[in-house]
Amino acid sequence: MIEFRNLWKNYDDNVVLENLSAQVGSGEFITLVGTSGCGKSTFLKLLLGTEVTSRGSILLDGRPIADEPGPDRGIVFQKYSVFPHLTVRENVALGREFECGPIFGRVFGSARKAILAEADHWLESVGLTPARHRYPHELSGGMQQRLAIAQALIKQPRLLLLDEPFGALDPGIRKDMHQLVLSLWGQHKLTVFMVTHDLSEGFYLGTRLWVFDKCRMDPQAPERFGSTITFDLPVGKTDRQSLDKIKESLARSAQIPVAV
Amino acid sequence: MKRLINRQPSSVTRAFLGILPLVLALLVYQWGSTVRKAENPQDKLLPGFVEIHDAMERMALTPSKRTGELLMWEDTKSSLKRLVSGVAIAAAIGLTVGLLTGAIPLFGASLTPVITVISLIPPMALLPILFIVFGIGEVSKVVLIVIGVAPFLIRDLYQRTCELPREQLVKSMTLGANSGQIIFRVLLPQILPRLFASVRLSLGAAWLFLIASEAVASTDGLGYRIFLVRRYMSMDVILPYVAWITLLAFLIDCLLQQGSKRLFPWYHAAK
Ligand SMILES: Nc1ncnc2c1ncn2[C@@H]1O[C@H](COP(=O)(O)OP(=O)(O)O)[C@@H](O)[C@H]1O
Ligand SMILES: [Mg+2]
Repeated sequence: MIEFRNLWKNYDDNVVLENLSAQVGSGEFITLVGTSGCGKSTFLKLLLGTEVTSRGSILLDGRPIADEPGPDRGIVFQKYSVFPHLTVRENVALGREFECGPIFGRVFGSARKAILAEADHWLESVGLTPARHRYPHELSGGMQQRLAIAQALIKQPRLLLLDEPFGALDPGIRKDMHQLVLSLWGQHKLTVFMVTHDLSEGFYLGTRLWVFDKCRMDPQAPERFGSTITFDLPVGKTDRQSLDKIKESLARSAQIPVAV
Repeated sequence: MKRLINRQPSSVTRAFLGILPLVLALLVYQWGSTVRKAENPQDKLLPGFVEIHDAMERMALTPSKRTGELLMWEDTKSSLKRLVSGVAIAAAIGLTVGLLTGAIPLFGASLTPVITVISLIPPMALLPILFIVFGIGEVSKVVLIVIGVAPFLIRDLYQRTCELPREQLVKSMTLGANSGQIIFRVLLPQILPRLFASVRLSLGAAWLFLIASEAVASTDGLGYRIFLVRRYMSMDVILPYVAWITLLAFLIDCLLQQGSKRLFPWYHAAK
């Protein structure tokens, strides 16, 4: 479904991603890990369409992916994913309202009722029904992220992109959230790319684990070489040994300062 | 004993401490007035409270001999009308232009330099031009307020629009929104509370331009009145007028603050 062909991304002289190639099928759940600054967010931005590749291409169903974000790709950021001026329910309904109210993005009457009912359904599936009339600032961090997920899912995107969505949450809550994402992925046949900064947590999640790292390293000029996928493991076959191997290799590259 | 920086006043003490300087100022005034009157009973510089009271009764409660109007209320009405229309027009311009330049880079590129230049023109220097173009009626006074305040509002709201997290725009696009929908549903509602805040900040300037233009050419208004009675050294009118203007400014500010809290609870709670 998605194909990355010899993809390069650099900001001026700073090579972030180099020669990355991969294929991803529909319904896969890919977990991305790597040291901070190695280009995971950049990779998601390329998928999302807020950045364009410097060389190479990304094909979605054989065609180059749109260079502007659209409703086929949902996103959850670590922060600022929900709208502070809308209640929980309105936040979820917004995606449908954009569809039905072409100029002002507002709908009224029975059409609005139907949209709100649909929003309630999605809120139910992320466990936010009791909070649906609250504003985001009245929610905990975990609840805000649940909201952001429901908000993205109402559009039933082909790809769901999650950039360290639970990085700011407590470990216990993070576990619950991982569970939630997994079950939603199972129920709705989503294709998910999720960046996580915690290797041991990401390790058992989803169907496939990608480790981003640099193959070549220039200690004097770390920006000369970019990261690529150094490990691509099906999660079913993951074991203690490969986890240790990845940990070791990441620790090695983390000791060399990464370009800022 | 706690450190000084850790000692919090109780609510009663706080109220008392807040009123204290005002009471002291009044006492000092009273004392100064008494001393001067003892020297020269005709002294006009520091009128006593009785004189001020009489002057107010004349201005606010007794119909004018010439026009039959209660002058102070007429002045207040005229001035507020000018101030409110000027500020409202400036706010509408500030909101529209600030939002559009912030939201649409193509607009921003062509308008921001012009707005920067306009905001550098001292508005008072334009007053003669306004009098020539619009005459000395209401329009020129309102326009002065608009010219004086709008550039600040535009630049401030432009800034506020640009400051909204980029993530929100991306998120809206992934929800399928077009540019217009993003402006109406995402940017505008979040900029409105910031408009209230900017307007509150610009009210001081608005009053300045109002009083200045009334002082130069007018036949009524609070500014007109204090500059008129200055010729007779009527401090007994000027001082309470100044206090009244201050009170009005304070009330308008409170009104905007409360209105914003009522309308945008999410904005004030989240800060
Ligand atoms: N807009 C940008 N302009 C220049 N450099 C950037 C930009 N965005 C990211 N980078 C650089 O790209 C590298 C990877 O960043 P990022 O993808 O955010 O890493 P992470 O893996 O931590 O998400 C960093 O060195 C960062 O400095
Ligand atoms: Mg990142």
